Amino acid sequence: MNTMNKDTSHINSLENEAIYIMREVAAQFEKPVLLFSGGKDSITLVRLAVKAFYPAKIPFPLMHIDTGHNFPETIEFRDRLVKELGLDLIIRNVQDSIDQGKVKEESGKYASRNQLQTTTLLDAIEEFKFDACIGGARRDEEKARAKERIFSVRDDFGQWDEKNQRPELFDMLNGDIEHGQNVRVFPISNWTELDVWSYIEKENIEIPSIYFAHTRATFLRDGLIWSADDEVVFREEDEEVLERIVRFRTVGDMSCTAAVLSEAADIATVVQEIRESTISERGARIDDKRSEAAMEKRKQQGYF
Amino acid sequence: MEVLKIATAGSVDDGKSTLIGRILYDTKSLTTDKLEAIEKTSKQRGYDYLDFSLATDGLVAEREQGITIDVAHIYFSTKKKSYIIADTPGHVEYTRNMVTGASTSQASIILIDARKGVIEQTNRHFFINNLLRIKDVVVAINKMDLVDYSEEVYNKIKADFEELMSKRDYQDQKITFIPVSALKGDNVVNKSEKMPWYAGEALLEHLEKIDKADIFNIGTPRFPVQYVIRPKTEDFHDYRGYAGKVYGGNLSVGDDIVVLPSQTKSKIKDIYFYDEKYETASRRSSVTITLENDINVSRGDMIVKADDLPTIEKQFTANVCWMDSTQLTPGGKYVVQHGINKVLAKVDKINHKINPDYSGIDSDVSGLGVNDIASVSFKLNKPIFYDQFKNHRTNGSFILIDPQSNNTVGAGFIQ
Repeated sequence: MNTMNKDTSHINSLENEAIYIMREVAAQFEKPVLLFSGGKDSITLVRLAVKAFYPAKIPFPLMHIDTGHNFPETIEFRDRLVKELGLDLIIRNVQDSIDQGKVKEESGKYASRNQLQTTTLLDAIEEFKFDACIGGARRDEEKARAKERIFSVRDDFGQWDEKNQRPELFDMLNGDIEHGQNVRVFPISNWTELDVWSYIEKENIEIPSIYFAHTRATFLRDGLIWSADDEVVFREEDEEVLERIVRFRTVGDMSCTAAVLSEAADIATVVQEIRESTISERGARIDDKRSEAAMEKRKQQGYF
Repeated sequence: MEVLKIATAGSVDDGKSTLIGRILYDTKSLTTDKLEAIEKTSKQRGYDYLDFSLATDGLVAEREQGITIDVAHIYFSTKKKSYIIADTPGHVEYTRNMVTGASTSQASIILIDARKGVIEQTNRHFFINNLLRIKDVVVAINKMDLVDYSEEVYNKIKADFEELMSKRDYQDQKITFIPVSALKGDNVVNKSEKMPWYAGEALLEHLEKIDKADIFNIGTPRFPVQYVIRPKTEDFHDYRGYAGKVYGGNLSVGDDIVVLPSQTKSKIKDIYFYDEKYETASRRSSVTITLENDINVSRGDMIVKADDLPTIEKQFTANVCWMDSTQLTPGGKYVVQHGINKVLAKVDKINHKINPDYSGIDSDVSGLGVNDIASVSFKLNKPIFYDQFKNHRTNGSFILIDPQSNNTVGAGFIQ
């Protein structure tokens, strides 16, 4: 048997903090759910939840808000992970919200279903009466997220009142809410992109293949590389399709996630690449660039 | 690699955001796209320099008003350490955010505008740093470029600050003075040539040398049970694991323990982290413990070593920092959240208000308003297991929740 030396290492202290938060969620709420996108951050959350409750099963389900425009590799991966770990998965589709006339599909060059997810998510929270939604947002991702609490209270409309947040002191998490409210929980708030990648490497966590270098039909727009999938991503006729060796650094809706040129085919090389990168992760997410205050506005409306 | 969490405090326009932006810039922690955004906005606004405060001021309201209004967390790392900066606002009305930011920090930076010197706000910032027993405090005297890098100005401010230091409660706090210019980059990451009279280190050099082992107040182990793990599967049929975080000191297999409040005695059988067994659980690790005896333990109970019990009481007195717009008054009922444990509490007496500018105490108080700090006595509906804050940072602190609004309305440090 070995002696733990967990308090000096950075990644271990982040892991311990996240496990503590997972356990607080299970203890303080009646109907928590883990929001799962199939991206590396939510895969990391699943790993942390497994560790937090071992040898018992994760005491809450996973939920995927499916835009219908996900990378097929992500969906395959999701289904396999859920099966292997014996987890409960709830899927709610943005397509249904569109069919019900609750949201309107965007059109044009920058059309994306990313924003439409919010309505589907809020409906699902109400349908299942979830009182806590665990998400993989990190404070280093974006300026508005830097101010997010670990337990972040949302009102009946899913809205975030950024000026009236509860203070969070020490590691005491106050999950007391009124009926109809819910709490968004961010166990990896204090992780950076590099921390997540380092953890995936250290724990040998499997992630979807699109995070590694592969050959893909792509086109260029605004200096970014887009997947040439004409059913999902709008493309002008003069935007020429070329095969490129790329990988994805962040995995969201296909219509708003750009690829990066990369030959990094394994996790060690990916970690090295992130370490040396000079572009921020969300630099490849068109949804944030719409305006300087884009993320904050979406968050106020209930976006994750 | 270690992580060091730092709280920053300063008044409006002391250049706190600029200082942090400067650290990010000089440590090459700003990515190209972020830097481009800063360059673009600085140019739009007609500045002839880069406005680094844009790197941290996140919320729209802040950008409109040009001030920081909430705690923002900023991450960067050097070869030696990972840093988390809790950037807390400095206006009078936002003391609560400063307490919040400082509550999880091991070191802090207090900014002083060299042109203004020690002002009422400085007293307040220092008081809170002292109240929260932050071990390593840097006093950064900023905007030295605007006072011609004058040694005389620096010495005057240092002397004024030292007068404050004589009044503090927590005398072991280490204080380091550094003259800087965040705007020009003097003594922030790189040692400045403009102040040859200053023999000390640049700010980051100092932070790099802070020894974390020195910073944590090591006390005795406390293990609040967060969650009981009962898999009820074939493989783990009788398994009953107590999940929680170890505070203060280490716990080892074979330790004689007592479960509070039942005072039942047992021994630690196994310590698990995920599927691995360990001989010792070190502090701040989130482990699962099993006990030799089959006893009833539930969330909110605390496992401690048999020879080192905390105080078990239905009342206590604490320094409270009030954070809500409603008033705290004698007779008022609140939920005390002590770690993970929640109990109902009644305000027995407000003993006195403490003026956070070191101007003494005020004994004639009928209620507390937002940002007031006071000594308050509470009565509880059931006992809690606590240590004094000065001996145990985690087991000596609590938050107050208003049962009507569910809001966190105060923080307390048990005396």
